[in-house]
Amino acid sequence: MSDHERLAVLKTWKLFIKGSFPRSESGRTLPLINKEGGLVAHLSHASRKDLREAVEAARGAFPGWSGSTAYLRSQIIYRLAEMLEGRRAELADALRCTSGVSKKKADTEVSASIDRTVSWAGWCDKFPMVLGSRNPVAGPYHNFSMPEPSGVCVAVQGVADQHSLLGFMSLVLPPLCTGNAVVAVAHTEHPLAALLVAEIAPTADIPAGVLNVITGDAKELAGWIASHRDVDSVHAIADESIAATLRAGAAENLKRVQILSKDEDFSDTDRWTNPRRLAMFVEIKTVWHPSAT
Amino acid sequence: MADAPTGNRPVTTWEYSPAPETSPVVIPDQTQLYVGGKFIEPHSKKRFATVNPATEAILSNIADGDAADVDAAVSAARKALKPWGKLPASERAKYLYRIARRIQERARELAILESMDGGKPIKESRDVDIPLAAQHFFHHAGWCDKLRYAMPGTREPRPVGVCGQIIPWNFPLLMAAWKLAPALACGNTVVLKPAETTSLTAMRLAEILQECDLPPGVVNIVTGAGATGKALVDHAGVDKIAFTGSTEVGKQIAQACAKRGTRLTLELGGKSANIIFADAAIDQAIEGIVQGIWFNQGHVCCAGSRLFVEESILPEVTRKLEMRMKTLRVGDPLDKNTDIGAINSKQQLAIIEGYIAEGSREGCTVCQPNHQTLPTKGYWCRPTFMTGVQPAHVVAREEIFGPVLAVMSFRTPEEAISRANNSPYGLAAGIWTEKGSKMFDVARRLQAGVVWCNTYNQFDATSPFGGFKESGFGREGGMQGLAAYLSE
Repeated sequence: MSDHERLAVLKTWKLFIKGSFPRSESGRTLPLINKEGGLVAHLSHASRKDLREAVEAARGAFPGWSGSTAYLRSQIIYRLAEMLEGRRAELADALRCTSGVSKKKADTEVSASIDRTVSWAGWCDKFPMVLGSRNPVAGPYHNFSMPEPSGVCVAVQGVADQHSLLGFMSLVLPPLCTGNAVVAVAHTEHPLAALLVAEIAPTADIPAGVLNVITGDAKELAGWIASHRDVDSVHAIADESIAATLRAGAAENLKRVQILSKDEDFSDTDRWTNPRRLAMFVEIKTVWHPSAT
Repeated sequence: MADAPTGNRPVTTWEYSPAPETSPVVIPDQTQLYVGGKFIEPHSKKRFATVNPATEAILSNIADGDAADVDAAVSAARKALKPWGKLPASERAKYLYRIARRIQERARELAILESMDGGKPIKESRDVDIPLAAQHFFHHAGWCDKLRYAMPGTREPRPVGVCGQIIPWNFPLLMAAWKLAPALACGNTVVLKPAETTSLTAMRLAEILQECDLPPGVVNIVTGAGATGKALVDHAGVDKIAFTGSTEVGKQIAQACAKRGTRLTLELGGKSANIIFADAAIDQAIEGIVQGIWFNQGHVCCAGSRLFVEESILPEVTRKLEMRMKTLRVGDPLDKNTDIGAINSKQQLAIIEGYIAEGSREGCTVCQPNHQTLPTKGYWCRPTFMTGVQPAHVVAREEIFGPVLAVMSFRTPEEAISRANNSPYGLAAGIWTEKGSKMFDVARRLQAGVVWCNTYNQFDATSPFGGFKESGFGREGGMQGLAAYLSE
């Protein structure tokens, strides 16, 4: 046995697209620096083409995910919570690695993130009852309104957030629970927890393409996200400049855009498990049928 | 038994005698703006003519509001916001109930005016536009003191503030009601900009608001054309814009609102699919096609302008459709027997004729089976359908906003759904089948905000209306429609 200290295996974190873990097609990488300034790992630096492929994967997965029963989606999201629970320590380490928060704080955040996942899992088969209605029209018609997923949602962590896990889950869970397929952009300063969720997702039986996670320069990606014609909604934590880019481009194909302030407090459970948050990722469809013999 | 008028010979045609609506309506030579509860002269002193599209006669001269007028209106709305919001909700409700009642009481006058100014058949303005406008106020009146039940997860919903509302010319008073009623019920104040070709009923509504003692500034009406609307959209004092109109203008408004982060709802264009399956009740479906595309001369954002017919019944459907079209009565909007009135304006007629020519150029067969004599004056377009239409043809893709139907066929439900969804629009759709399971599956998979099954073009104050995709966002009507006018 050699007596020199074991050399750690340095990992390059890859993208998560359509259930696989490709590198950026551009070959670009970004260094991931910990709070002491040391190199932790390398990240894939997603290009426009990577984004397009992630959107294509999401579009492909959308009919299956939105068409599956609410009970099944609910079970899959709950399964995600189960899998996250099993990886608590790893998630906490991922949080601490770049942010340097205390172990206690990291544990609290992991717990909150898992609990939030459980809470959202429960909404899957309930929000249509809360957001939908049977409408008493003045005529012989059966008329009802039901919420349906908008389609492909891009969730953007546009600013560095020490609570990168809770923020990430709060961005992706509402569109996922409502049956949208999601492309998530994790911020490159504290991306590890989000990338771990990506690695956990396939073992939670989230179908390939339903959740895609990429890392890259949010400023650079924002313009491409905004102008992409096959993106239906954008859910972003962003500063003014990224928000402006997203809003302006979104006007081109009338994407639904929901921008959260960079100072958002994700620990407010009441606010972040409120069904109003789901309303942003659904379209109300109203169906009429004559009622007569 | 009465003798047949021609003795023993069989009667082959029965003509309708004219049945014009005769109740006189007094139209002033010129209109003013309604700002801060008063009728005022436009800042520019300018006016433009509004024309009866069925006769080309000038009906009145409409005040042309400019940016200064918009500014005055926004200030009046801002000033009115606090007292209006402080009013007990049950009192606010009573104003809306009053307005609903006055619209019902003045329904005949409003219907005639609507048909004169816009060209729509009196039976539609009388039986659809005006009653629904009244219903919108009546329904929303009751929401005033119940808003906390309308937004799940919100304890104290608040008004958004000053709303700028811009409405189109196809259902002038009804669109004003769709916009005003929920905004007022939620405690907002409003600056309303009617469409330039159809301002008369909006100004009549202003009279009604005054009659009802609605506090000054709660509703302000500034008439004018596109520049007036733009001044409203660009005004920094407006908290929310609601627009109904073309997708092109809607996108410009979205850009303007994006810059300032102004809240926005859009109800835009459409190219809605009406799908007839072979197992449909065909005769009912024929009526549904007529109702879908020739209602209001096809000036309907949710018009069923793309007809998809299952291949096996295409010959039967086109034959029956041709027969039915021959019996449609095109002409004087004020005649109670008229099915199809005048095209709203000269410009719109030119657009529609341009599309018909384009369809012909692209190789479609243009069918106009109705040979009725049209009046010599006014803007008219015969009900039209086109066959041999390919998905790539302009007439299959673009909104014509006229009485022109593109007829296409399909073989499987899969094909019908994918072709129906293959459009940037997603406002409405129709499904005709007697098979319930198929109907529900297709309804679920169509990307459309309203799906009419075995019916078409039905509207109600309790039923949310609005589109998917580039047909806009937000809903109008019903519980879901209130969200656009409330803050958490």
